[in-house]
Amino acid sequence: MFSIRRTLADLSVFGKGYIRSRVGAFFTLVFPVILILLFGAIFSGGGGASTVYVQNRDTSLSCTGEVPGNSICASSMFISAMNSTTAITLVPVPVSDNFSQYLLSQSSSDGIIIPANFTADYIQHKPVNVTVYGNPASTTSAIVKEITASVVNSFNLYGGAPVVGIKSATVASSSYKYIDFLIPGLIGFAVLMSPMFALVNISSTYKRDKVFKALSLTPLTKTEWLVSKILWYIVMTLISFCLMVATGVLLFGAHITLSLGVLPFLVLGPLLFVSLGMLVGTSSNTPESAAVVGNLITFPMMFLSGTFFPVDSMPAYLQTIAHVLPLYYVIEGLTNVMIYGNYGAALIDLGVILIIAVIIFGLAVRLFKWRED
Amino acid sequence: MVVDSLEKKYGSLHAVDGISFTVEHGEVFSLLGPNGAGKTTTIEILEGLRNKDGGRVSVLGLDPWSKGYDLHKRIGVIPQGFKFLDYPTPREAIKYYSALFGKKVDVDQILKEVILEDAANIYYMRLSGGQKQKMGMALSLVNDPELVFLDEPTTGLDPQARRAVWEVIRNLQRQGRGVLLTTHYLEEAEELADRVAIMHHGKIIAHGTVDEIVSKHGSGERLTVRAGEELAGYLRENTRLRVEYSSGKVDVILEQKNDALMALGAIAESGLAWSELTTKRDSLEDIFIKMVGEPVVEGTAAEGS
Repeated sequence: MFSIRRTLADLSVFGKGYIRSRVGAFFTLVFPVILILLFGAIFSGGGGASTVYVQNRDTSLSCTGEVPGNSICASSMFISAMNSTTAITLVPVPVSDNFSQYLLSQSSSDGIIIPANFTADYIQHKPVNVTVYGNPASTTSAIVKEITASVVNSFNLYGGAPVVGIKSATVASSSYKYIDFLIPGLIGFAVLMSPMFALVNISSTYKRDKVFKALSLTPLTKTEWLVSKILWYIVMTLISFCLMVATGVLLFGAHITLSLGVLPFLVLGPLLFVSLGMLVGTSSNTPESAAVVGNLITFPMMFLSGTFFPVDSMPAYLQTIAHVLPLYYVIEGLTNVMIYGNYGAALIDLGVILIIAVIIFGLAVRLFKWRED
Repeated sequence: MVVDSLEKKYGSLHAVDGISFTVEHGEVFSLLGPNGAGKTTTIEILEGLRNKDGGRVSVLGLDPWSKGYDLHKRIGVIPQGFKFLDYPTPREAIKYYSALFGKKVDVDQILKEVILEDAANIYYMRLSGGQKQKMGMALSLVNDPELVFLDEPTTGLDPQARRAVWEVIRNLQRQGRGVLLTTHYLEEAEELADRVAIMHHGKIIAHGTVDEIVSKHGSGERLTVRAGEELAGYLRENTRLRVEYSSGKVDVILEQKNDALMALGAIAESGLAWSELTTKRDSLEDIFIKMVGEPVVEGTAAEGS
C-alpha cells in the first residue's frame, strides 16, 4: 500500500513551497543560528575586559623590596605589560592562597601563576614557565592565553633569549562551559520548534481549507503525507545541526565531539515532533485553537527540557516534570553523545525517544481522519 | 449513478431525507437548492467523503463509502470552497496529481480543457478566484474521470469568471464526461444542466429537465396586456380562454397552441384600448421561488458540516 513514488511526489511539492515561502526556511535554518550567536555572545564573555587572577610568587629580592634601587623585578614588569593590554583586568591573588581553589571560589577558570624564581631565572637566562589556567572551550581563556603569549614573546625578545615559556593548566570542574551545554540544548530546540510549529500550522489550515479533503480524493494516503513531512524535516534538521555546530565551534570555540551517534536523535526527533504537530493540528477545530494547544505543549517543554538552562540546576519537582518530556531525552542524549561521549547513557535516551515517537506517530496516523462520517 | 431513499442525519437534523434520483452516463445533472438544503451532504456521500445513514447509493457501480479508494480513481471531485497549497503553479499541481495517480498526462491538454494556459506558471496563491477554481477542475481531470462532481463551483465568483467556469463545464460535457453540479444559481442550472433536481429541507421537491419542471410546476405561458377590466370581461364572454385581471393588467393563460392568436384576434375585435403586449413563461427561478418560498440569495454559509 505505502508508495514511495507518491511520498516523493508530495515531498517535492511540499519542499518547493517551503523554499519559496522562505518563512519556514528562516525559522528552521537561520533562527537557531541567531540563538547560538545571541547566547554565545551573552555567556561566553565575548565583549568587554575579562577578569584574570594573577598570583605572583616571585621571591626575588628586587621584587620583595628588600633590594632598593634600580635592580629590575621581571614579574612586576610582566604584570604591568599584561595590564597594559586593556582586554583583560588583572586581579592579584595572595601568595598564601591555594590558586586553583581560589579560582573555583570565584567561579573562574582564567588565571596566571608567576613562579617563585621568575626574576632570578630571567636574568640568568634560565628557562622559566608562566602557568596559564584556562578552559580550552572558553573564548575568554583563549584570549588570555593569546595575550600572555604575546607578552612572553616581547619578554624573550627584550631579554635576547627565549627563556620564558607557557605552561597550560585547567581547573578540572569548570572545563564544561555554558556554550558546550548550550549547543545540544539549542539543537534540541531546533528539533522541537521548527517541525512542531510548522505541522500545527499546516495541518490545521489544511483541515480548515479542505486541502486534506481534496487530497483524500487522490490515492495519496495520510501515512504517505505524514512520512513526506517527516523526511523533509529530517533533512532540514540535519542542515540546521551542521550550521549550529559550525557556528558554536568556529565562533565560540565550543568543545564538541562529533560522531555518527547524533544521527539517530536527529532522525527520531523530527519524526516525533512532526507527528505531534500533526496530531495537535488535526485534532483542533481551527488554526487558532491549534496554535494555542501547540504553544501550551511547546513552550513548557522548551524551557523545562534543558534547552537554555541545565535541568540539574532546577528544583527537584521541575526535574521530575522534565523527565516526562520527550525533548528532555533528545537533549540529554545529544549532550551525552556530543559532550561526554557517553554512548551507554545515550542509548537509554534513544530508547525512550523511540518508544514515544512510535506511539505519537501511530496516534497521529490513527486519529487523523481524511474523511468524516 | 443511482441514489435510492438516501438518508443522513446530524443529531436531530434530517439533512438528507430519503431522496432518490439517477444520473445517466455523460449527463450534466444539477442539484439545486437554497443554502442548507442538503446538497453538499448529498454530494459528499456520493463522493465517498461521508457515510450515509440509510438508503442505497451506487456510483459507477460502486458503493462510495466502502469502495472509496477505487471510486476515487474514476471520478473527479472539487470540494466546495476548494483551496490548495500556496505555492505550486497549475502546471506543477497537475504533475503532482499525475504522480499521485500514477498516470501519465498531457499537462497542456488538461490546461487547455480548463482554459488555464495563460496562468499555467503562476503560483496558486496569486491566481484569481476563477483561475483557482479552474485549477481545481484541472486537478479533477488528471485521472481522466468518467464523472465529475462540482460542488458550487461558481459561488463567490464575479459574473465573468462564472461564465468562464461554465465554458469549462461545457468542455467536460463535450468530452463525454458526466457532471454532477450543485449550485444555488438557477441560471447556471438552466444554462448547463440536462436535468435538474430541486432540493429543499433534505427532500427533492421537483426534478426533470428544465422544460419538464417549468411545464409541470409553472403556471404555463401567459399573454399580458395593459387594459381595463372591460377587456377581460369581453374576452371571457367571447372566447373559451382563461382570463385573469388585476390592477390594470389582463392575463390570458395560453393552454393550447393557437390560444395566443385567438386572444390577439379577440382583442382587436373588441375595439377596446390596450397597450404593452407581452407573452411570458415562468422561469425556473419563478418556480423555485414559488416552491421554496424564498428568493435565491448568495450566501457564504457552508451547509451541512
